Amino acid sequence: MEINKKSQAGSLESSDLMVYVEPFNEIKIEVESSVSSQHTEEIRSLILNELEMRKINGVYVKIQDNGAMNLTIKARLKTALLRGAKNGN
Amino acid sequence: MEIRLRRTMLYIPGNNPGMLQIADIFGADSVLFDLEDSVPHSEKDSARDLVSNMIKYRAYENIEITVRVNPLNTPYFEDDVKEIIAAKKLQAIRLPKTNRAEDVDKLAKLIGKYEKENEIAIGTINIHPMIETALGVENAFSIATSSVRVNAITIGGQDLTADMGIAKTKSGEEILWARSRIVMAAKAARIDAVDTIFADINDKNGLIEETRLIKKLGFTGKAVINPRQIEPIHKIFTPTEKEILWAQEVIETYDKGLKEGKGVIALRGKMIDPPVVKRAEKIITISKLGK
Amino acid sequence: MKNQLGIDIPEYVENLGKLIPYKGAFKRIKNLQKEDLRLTPTKIRTYLPERNKLVSSLEKAIERSGLKNGDTISFHHHLRGGDFLLMKVVETLDKMGFKDLTIFSSSLTRAHQNLYEYVEKGVVKKIFTSGLRGELGKFVSRGKMDIPVVIRSHGGRARAIKTGEVKIDVAFISAPSSDKEGNLNGVRGPSACGSLGYAMVDAQYANCVIAVTDNLVDYPNTPISIPQYQVDYVVKIDRLGDPDKIGSDSTRLTNNPVDLVIAENAANVIYNSGYFREGMSFQTGAGGASLATAKYLADIMEEKKVIGSYAIGGISSYIVDIYKRGLFKKMFDVQSFDKGVVSSLLENDDHIEINADFYANPFNSGAIINNLDVVVLAAYEIDTDFNVNVLVDSHGYAQGASGGHSDTAATAKLTIIVAPSFRSRIPTVVNKVNTVITPGETVDILVTERGIAINPRRKDLMENLKGKGLPIKDIHQLREKVEIITNNPKMFEFTDKICGFIEYRDGTIIDTIKQVVEK
Repeated sequence: MEINKKSQAGSLESSDLMVYVEPFNEIKIEVESSVSSQHTEEIRSLILNELEMRKINGVYVKIQDNGAMNLTIKARLKTALLRGAKNGN
Repeated sequence: MEIRLRRTMLYIPGNNPGMLQIADIFGADSVLFDLEDSVPHSEKDSARDLVSNMIKYRAYENIEITVRVNPLNTPYFEDDVKEIIAAKKLQAIRLPKTNRAEDVDKLAKLIGKYEKENEIAIGTINIHPMIETALGVENAFSIATSSVRVNAITIGGQDLTADMGIAKTKSGEEILWARSRIVMAAKAARIDAVDTIFADINDKNGLIEETRLIKKLGFTGKAVINPRQIEPIHKIFTPTEKEILWAQEVIETYDKGLKEGKGVIALRGKMIDPPVVKRAEKIITISKLGK
Repeated sequence: MKNQLGIDIPEYVENLGKLIPYKGAFKRIKNLQKEDLRLTPTKIRTYLPERNKLVSSLEKAIERSGLKNGDTISFHHHLRGGDFLLMKVVETLDKMGFKDLTIFSSSLTRAHQNLYEYVEKGVVKKIFTSGLRGELGKFVSRGKMDIPVVIRSHGGRARAIKTGEVKIDVAFISAPSSDKEGNLNGVRGPSACGSLGYAMVDAQYANCVIAVTDNLVDYPNTPISIPQYQVDYVVKIDRLGDPDKIGSDSTRLTNNPVDLVIAENAANVIYNSGYFREGMSFQTGAGGASLATAKYLADIMEEKKVIGSYAIGGISSYIVDIYKRGLFKKMFDVQSFDKGVVSSLLENDDHIEINADFYANPFNSGAIINNLDVVVLAAYEIDTDFNVNVLVDSHGYAQGASGGHSDTAATAKLTIIVAPSFRSRIPTVVNKVNTVITPGETVDILVTERGIAINPRRKDLMENLKGKGLPIKDIHQLREKVEIITNNPKMFEFTDKICGFIEYRDGTIIDTIKQVVEK
C-alpha cells in the first residue's frame, strides 16, 4: 500500500483517537496520549506492526489518543490509511 | 431451532467506540450496531472498520450481535456485509428498507459467499429484514419466508410513516395495521417479530404503554435506542411470579392427568388442552431465559 | 521488615523516625491498652482580657506566633480547589526567610500544586497530607522530595494530632466567617465552604492558632464551629478563595451509562445484603457511580418505606435532597461538597457538623463511623485480594487522596467498592494494585458494570446475595475478563526509591509511593 495524500480518521472523544496520516519518505510515528503516557511505546509498536503488515514504507503517522482500546486504534489507523491511499492503491 | 429471547435489541451508533466497547453491559438481549442512519456518509468507512474490529476483538458475552448495514441500493452495502462477516462473530444482519423477497435473496447470496470465504458454516448468519415501506408491509409474508436465514422480521416506524406520507404519532394508530400485518407474517413463518423504537427516551410511561400494546399484538421484542429503555421492556416481556406459578401448575396437572389416563384434564374447573400447555411451556422457557 | 501485605518497610527513616509495619486492620487497636498512649500536651496560652486579637497582616501574625524554622504548620482543605490561603501563607513564609517547614494539611488540591516550588527553595521540607494533585503529585512521584511524604486518612490524621505523633506548632484556619475574637464558621461569607470538620481538630491541639478570614463580622459570630478560646490571632485578608472553585451550586448526578449500571447493581447489592433495614446508616462519596448509588438506594428505600438513621461523610446536596425526602433522619458532615450543603447546614437542625476525631479517629472512645452500616467507595484500582488504590493514577503519579476511604472501609458493616472494570485502556481490576490505601480484609464487595465480586471472607454475603439475579463472579474471573477486553496493557515501571509512605489509620505503614520511571 502506498500513502499518497494527507488523510485523517477518528475523533477526540473519550475512548477514541485521531489518526493523521501523510506521505513521507520513511516511517515516522508520533504518539500523544492524554490518559496513559506510559503506553505510548505500546501504541507505537502496534502501529509499526500494522504498517509492516500492509507493506507501507513511507508514511508520517500522528496519533492523538484519548484512551482508545487497541482494537479502536487499529480500526482508525486502517481507515486513515485507506483514505490516504485512494487513487493510488 | 435455537430458542433465544429478543425482548430488546439495543442500537449502538457504529462510529462511537466509547459506546461500542460497553455494548454488552446493559443487559439487552441483542445489540444492534448501526452502520446506517446514525452514521454520516463521510464516516461510513470508519464506522465499518470500527464495528468489524469490535466484533472481531472485543469479547462480547451472552449477547446476540447484529449489525444494521446500509441498504441494498447504496455503494456501502456490499463492503459492509463483507467486512462484518470477516469479523467472524456476527449472528445476524439487519437489512433496512426490505421491499420484497428478492432483496433478502440478494443479501442471503452475499452472506453465503462471505461465509464460505471466511470458513464460517453456511447458514450461520441470520437475516432480520426491516420492513419500513408500504410495499414491504404488503410483502411481509413473502419476506418472512424468503430464506431460512430469516429468523425475525422487524418494523421501522419512522421510515414507514414517511413512505406513507404521514406523520408518526406517539399513540401510533397509523402503523397499527402494519404492526399487526408484520406480527401475523412472523407468526405464520414461525419467526420473531421485533417492534420499532420508542423515540422519546425521557417518557418512561409512554414506553411502557407502547410495549404493553405491542406485546398484546404478538411482538416478541422491541428495538431500543437508550440503555434506560431496556429494563421496563424486559419487565413487560418477562413472566410475572404469578404467571410462572400458573404455568407450573398447568404443566404438572396436565402431566399427572396424562399418566392417569384422564380424557379431560382441568385445573380449578378450567379445561387444559394442548394449546394451553404450550403457552404454559413458553412462559416457563421465557422465564428461564430471562434470568 | 515486611508488613502483613509483604511490602518492605524500613524500620527507621531519617526525619520521620521509627516506622511500624502494618499487621492487620485492627491488630494495633486491639492491643492499644498495652501502649498506654496519652493525649498530646498542648501549650497553654493566656492573654489579658483586653487584648486585641486582630492583627493587620499575615506577616505580623506569623511573627507573633513564634514560628521557627523546622516547625510544623497545619491547613485544611474545605475550600478545595478554590483555596488561596495555603499558598499565600507559604509565599509569605518564603519572603520572611523561613526554612525546613513541615506542611501538615488535611489534604492538598490543585490549588496547592505549586507547593513543589517551595520544596525546591527549601522553605518546605516535609509534606504530610491525605491527597496530592497536579504538579505536586508528579513532583512527589518523580522522587524529588528529600524526605518521603506521609499520606494519612482523615481518621488517621486526627489520631496523629491527638497522640502528638505530629505536633502542630501553628495552625492556619481558613475561616469563611469570623469575628474579632475568632469565633469561626464556614457557612457564611463569600468563601463559604460549609463544615470546618478537619480544622476543628487542628484548632484544639495546635500550640498556636491563626484564623484568616475575608469576612469579618460583628461580635459574636454564630454558629460557632471553632470557638474563640482556641484562637490566638485573627487576620483579615481580601479573598480567602475562589467561590467557583470552592464548590459548585449543587452536585449533579452522572449521565455516564457505565456509572449508572454500576450504581444500579450496587443499590441492588445493598438491598439484598441483609443490611437494608429500618435505621440503616449510610455513607457514599461524591463520585459518579458512588453518588448514583445513593439515588437508586433512595428510590428503593422510598418504595419499601424504609427510613435510615443517618447519612455521613462528605455531604453533597444530593444527600441533602434524600434527607429532605425523609429517607434519613440525620446528616453528619465533616466536609461539605457543594454550596447547596452550606445552606442546609444553616437551615436543618438534623444536619450536624462534626470534627474529624468524631468522624473517623480509630484511637478514641468511639468514632461515629463505628456505627456505619453501609459505605460506598470508589477506586482507581482493586486487586484480586480486594486491596484498593485511590492514590496513584494511570500515569503512575500520585493524583488522588486517601480521605476517609480506609477509615470507613474498616468500620462499616458492608463496604462496597464501585468502579468501572476498566477506564479507557487501563484495567481497574488487577493482580496487584500499585499502592494499597485500603487493605482487602476491610473490603467486602466490588461492583463493576461487568460483574460483582464478593470477598471470600464474607461467606454470609455470598449466601445473602445468591439467587438474586445479580451478576456475581469470582474476582479472578472478573480480572481475566477485563484483561481480555483491555488487552493487558503493559504497566509502567518503578524504581526502588520510596517517595512516600501510606500510613494506615492506626499509624502503621501499609505501603509506599514508588518513584515512577518516565519515558
